[in-house]
Amino acid sequence: MQFSQYDPGDFYDELFNEDGAPRAAAKFLVERIDALSIEELTRRQQVAQNSLFKLGVTFNVYSDSQGTERIFPFDVIPRIISSSEWDELAAGLKQRIQALNLFIDDIYHDQKIIKDGVIPAHIIESSPGYLKPCVGLNPPNGIWCHITGTDLVRDRDGEWYVLEDNMRCPSGVSYVLENRRVMKSTFPQLFNSTAIKPVDDYASQLLETLMNLAPSGLPDPTVVVLTPGIYNSAYFEHSFLAQQMGVELVEGRDLMISDGYLQMKTTKGLKRVDVIYRRIDDDFIDPLEFRPDSMLGVPGLMQVYREGRVAIANSLGTGVADDKVVYAYVPEMIKYYLGEEQKLANVPTYLCWEDDQLAYVLDNLDKLVVKSANESGGYGMLVGPHSTPEQREEFATRIKAQPRNYIAQPTLNLSRVPTLIDQSFEGCHVDLRPYILYGKEVYINPGGLTRVALKRGSLVVNSSQGGGSKDTWVVQNEE
Amino acid sequence: MLSRVADSIYWLNRYVERAENVARFVDVNLNLLLDSPVGVQQQWRPLIVTTGDLALFTEKYGEFNSDNVIHFLTFDKDYPNSIVSCLQRARENARSIREVISSEMWEQINAFYLMVTEASQDSSSLIELSSFFAEVKMASHLFAGVMDGTMSHNEGWHFGQIGRLLERADKVTRILDVKYFILLPSVHDVGSTLDELQWIALLKSASAYEMYRKRQHRISPQEVAQFLILEREFPRSLQFCLLQAERSLHQITGCTPGMWTDPVERHLGKLRSELDFITMDEIMEVGIHEFLDSVQARLNQLGKVIFESFFSFKLTA
Repeated sequence: MQFSQYDPGDFYDELFNEDGAPRAAAKFLVERIDALSIEELTRRQQVAQNSLFKLGVTFNVYSDSQGTERIFPFDVIPRIISSSEWDELAAGLKQRIQALNLFIDDIYHDQKIIKDGVIPAHIIESSPGYLKPCVGLNPPNGIWCHITGTDLVRDRDGEWYVLEDNMRCPSGVSYVLENRRVMKSTFPQLFNSTAIKPVDDYASQLLETLMNLAPSGLPDPTVVVLTPGIYNSAYFEHSFLAQQMGVELVEGRDLMISDGYLQMKTTKGLKRVDVIYRRIDDDFIDPLEFRPDSMLGVPGLMQVYREGRVAIANSLGTGVADDKVVYAYVPEMIKYYLGEEQKLANVPTYLCWEDDQLAYVLDNLDKLVVKSANESGGYGMLVGPHSTPEQREEFATRIKAQPRNYIAQPTLNLSRVPTLIDQSFEGCHVDLRPYILYGKEVYINPGGLTRVALKRGSLVVNSSQGGGSKDTWVVQNEE
Repeated sequence: MLSRVADSIYWLNRYVERAENVARFVDVNLNLLLDSPVGVQQQWRPLIVTTGDLALFTEKYGEFNSDNVIHFLTFDKDYPNSIVSCLQRARENARSIREVISSEMWEQINAFYLMVTEASQDSSSLIELSSFFAEVKMASHLFAGVMDGTMSHNEGWHFGQIGRLLERADKVTRILDVKYFILLPSVHDVGSTLDELQWIALLKSASAYEMYRKRQHRISPQEVAQFLILEREFPRSLQFCLLQAERSLHQITGCTPGMWTDPVERHLGKLRSELDFITMDEIMEVGIHEFLDSVQARLNQLGKVIFESFFSFKLTA
């Protein structure tokens, strides 16, 4: 009786078919929720929220006064993906990561993909994520992108698209783990009766991936998580992952280079560090080679890294693949490096540096989403259908001034999931960020972070812009 | 362990203990006032004098009345040693070492912080205040208990202990000093009922009244001072704090107790062993206030040496 008044609307709903019946994988959940009163459900939502707040599962908002923490709003209705659909997604993600890794390795070495005319040289050279000091680097086993959080969306037709790859320091996995823990206590019976794929091995897999990077022959390498400090928006996560892996959480000021090695300052003197899981941007990692004003990094780290005396995950230089112009070439990369067709589609992307595409973009600003090529977090973006003529005017000027820095994509009708708002269900738009580890093999944590736009009709799911999150359940198909 | 982490866990514990002791300070005065005869002027100045932050107070508030003093010590966000500032900094330190401490400790410090910040937004009457101070004391005990029961008694734990114990040692000398500054209506009142009531209030503010009674029975100024300075078994006495801090210190360094390899062990060991053999008569000869003053100076010095030895990293060739 709960869902009887729920209107999936003219969108792809993750829990319901077009005819309003629950999807096969979601049937058990819909039945369970229908059996609860709205008061009971609201109460459970509150208990879940409180539990996250008490644990300090928070993020910092940059625009707020320093140190303001907010809870990432959490909704108790999970998003459900059937295991067969998940397997297809996973295969597509794996293919993509492998191609992107080969691409990064190539452009910092021989640049075959440029020489063969697949990607123009000027695109790479003008990309702020392409770092000259990384040319010729040889990270252990040729792997650059150890940890990736790919953003996926589903359009009205039910097709999945990759929105961004996030090859630098993707955040959010701590919410996946904490949301799941809270959901287990919110709906224990469902976890007892249904095969929902567990997510808890992420920390072990991550530690394994990091230990594998250590210079060979070290029986017990020292792994650390490098954070910019407690005012960073994702500080909770840095601390959480260090705790879950049982490794030190360090800041730049805890580290120094001594005797040709990276060392940390302890109460008993210096201790060598073998592997860094860095959660600071490339630019800040070493003031001697990148931003000289950085206080977050370690002077001289890059040289030690180059000599192979310390491993860094993700490798430096991976940001070039986060350039949204470079992103547009991923389907070609997959063909070029793997000789395969892409299994998981890109969103069709118009490149403003190409004249004919620029003309189309300027003529259709009211229909397209325009994005700055090198910003993230929902900043520097124009959502055409929701924009005013003044905003479009402003963007047109900006695009014409720097066409290389802008891309445009059709406005997708993001799929929706019923969400508990003011004691009733509303369809809210969602995306999905699965977490992928590239160590000896490719590991993909089943599910990922479902972000949900809690403002009515909003398509922006970023935590900094009023988004929340949901647990994601990969549910075994019934045979 | 990382020097920065050791520093944070040390200060986390110092700030929590400091908040608790500020609550005790204010509480002792509130108690004294309740017992004062009608017509005797309220004395709030001694409280500020013993904190050592007299200049700061007079600059901002001027007048020594109960509202000003209580606000300054409790809810003034600009005063770094107020209860609310202590909690804010304790939490900040805890936040930077969340992966080192137990989740239970974090939850407790978070709840403690929220309780204090919420209270600071209320305007409170006298009665609510005294229950607020009781809550602060209890929250601090809870934190210490949670830490004792949920965190490995490893290097970090011992640094935390040292922080808490040295803070407590410093504050017990200051609580004792409050009585030195409180003026009796006239010299004839020395040894009077009023005098005895004040000593009882002081013991109570250190949670020492009942334990003192079991030991000494009669209330006498010298015995009270002796109890709070030299009693080896009472957990809020100066000597107890020093003994326990020294134990933790030797756990960290691995050095045999009674010996020293670094300046911290030497400074702490020296002070503790002096107290081992000093008598109350000797203390009275110097004067209690003067004696307490010198102890405070040496505790400050000890804090500096700890910082230099463990927290500020210097590369030695």
